[in-house]
Amino acid sequence: MDIKQENRAGKPRRKILKAVLLHIVMVILSFLMITPFLWMVSTSLKNMNEMYAIPPIWIPREVMWSNYRYMFESAPWLLYFFNTVKVTGLVVVGQLVVCSMAAFAFSRLRFPGRDALFFMLLGTMMIPYHVTMIPTFQILRRLGWLDTHQALIVPALSAAFGVFLLRQFFMTLPRELEQAAMIDGCGYPRIFLNVILPNAKPALTTLAIFTFMGTWNDFLGPLIYLNSDHLKTLTLGLATFQGVYTNQWNYMMAGALIVSLPILIVYMFAQRYFVQGIVMSGLKE
Amino acid sequence: MVRKETAWGYFFIAPMMIGFAVFMLYPFVYSFYLSLTSSDGIVAPKFIGFDNYAKLLKDTTFLRSLRVTLYFTLVTVPVGAALSLLAAMLLNIKMRFVTWYRTAFFLPVITSMVAIATVWKWLYNTDYGLINSIFAALGLYEPPWLASAKWALPSIMIMSIWKGIGFNMVIFLAGLQGISPSLYESAKIDGAGAFRRFTNITFPLLRHTTVFVVIMSIISSFQVFDQVYVMTQGGPAKSTSVVVYYIYQNAFQFFQQGYASAMAYVLFAIIFIVTLLQTRLAKNKDVDG
Repeated sequence: MDIKQENRAGKPRRKILKAVLLHIVMVILSFLMITPFLWMVSTSLKNMNEMYAIPPIWIPREVMWSNYRYMFESAPWLLYFFNTVKVTGLVVVGQLVVCSMAAFAFSRLRFPGRDALFFMLLGTMMIPYHVTMIPTFQILRRLGWLDTHQALIVPALSAAFGVFLLRQFFMTLPRELEQAAMIDGCGYPRIFLNVILPNAKPALTTLAIFTFMGTWNDFLGPLIYLNSDHLKTLTLGLATFQGVYTNQWNYMMAGALIVSLPILIVYMFAQRYFVQGIVMSGLKE
Repeated sequence: MVRKETAWGYFFIAPMMIGFAVFMLYPFVYSFYLSLTSSDGIVAPKFIGFDNYAKLLKDTTFLRSLRVTLYFTLVTVPVGAALSLLAAMLLNIKMRFVTWYRTAFFLPVITSMVAIATVWKWLYNTDYGLINSIFAALGLYEPPWLASAKWALPSIMIMSIWKGIGFNMVIFLAGLQGISPSLYESAKIDGAGAFRRFTNITFPLLRHTTVFVVIMSIISSFQVFDQVYVMTQGGPAKSTSVVVYYIYQNAFQFFQQGYASAMAYVLFAIIFIVTLLQTRLAKNKDVDG
């Protein structure tokens, strides 16, 4: 009897202890993950003296909001921001149109060569970007598109991954949906626009977020194709800024924050789609 | 009726297939042709057969870049995968605030590599960086990090692992959530401890996910570029000059686009072999099961 009671009392206590330990471990690990971000914010608000202080100061005594003003004055960050919004926005929208159309045909329509073409698309998904990069550069030069935003937008629209992801989802939609519409005499464009697309919002959002993240953070593309300062995107702008303002860590951290902040804000509102995009990229093969 | 469906089918895939032909298929084939020429990207390319590939075998900088990339891969992939799995197992436990913890791991994944690399360059600063300040306070040796040929590559590795944990963690989490909890319960009843449950249930059932994570990590680590460009520009003394960085230099700084294409094809061949390996491993699993 006594032993039994002790067990009953001991078990929850052990459980609580385990939970507390677990939380301690998780908090330490989480701090390891976010320390660089905290340090970025902290440094971006320091003056020169505090920035180089040893031991390091976490919370600046004098908060230097002026660092941001100086940073915005020393490079056209607002322009970089709008360039990035423009390129990313057009790539996301364009890719949704191109990929959803193709995914509709590959999942719902029958035509000669369909499966062969689809497998060809799938097969190219593993070709590294760097293999097609040099010829693409030469094509874009012949088109006169070097140092333009088209160079970043047009080649990005036909993404095989997008077709794959959307087709995968369209296949799960029941056929009955469109059969009713067919009986009502709807053509394929109507079925696509009024039946398939409205039912595929989660998949479309997932692709949109995934593409948004990739395009917003893209660096190699802008680095190769863009030259003029007024066309640069945020990542390229930051890399350039870094080359000029060496050792001005407070300004550089302010720049890094400006580059990261928009995507962190989008993440707050669309968390699960970020995660889904990654999980879907894991289902490829 | 059927002919109408066919016509619409081609209509719907047309934008995709045109873009695909112009910006994927043609460049892929043309890239191989370029690798057999002495193209400088401006004058019409001159055909030189396999000379570029022969030159590669004697190019010590290229061979070094292969070694650097391989070393980077051999360290970051296993360590990164193991840490991701560990994080996924911790975050799979039912507890309060778990979404907050997951977010902490996920922040580096969504942030641009250029921004992250800039921050870490500051963290790694030899004299005033946060890391060395902490090391100094603890009385530890303060490595010169990015400033030395010995430490620069390990520095980039540590940062890359830190950034990538959250990505693979998400894939592992999806895998873990596919394992039925009843398996663990019956194992507990049979008296299996936590370690036994891991080796007998978790690990075997995650085999497919693990193979996938490892292969995908190998492929992406062979393409590492952004952090090298931002943090070291391949230096000091070419100690961090990875393959893609050397391709970039040859193609867009030295304008040896034929030669760079040959390098890109070598990279493709390596990645192709790794992918084949994956299909093999995935198939073996089906035979076993």
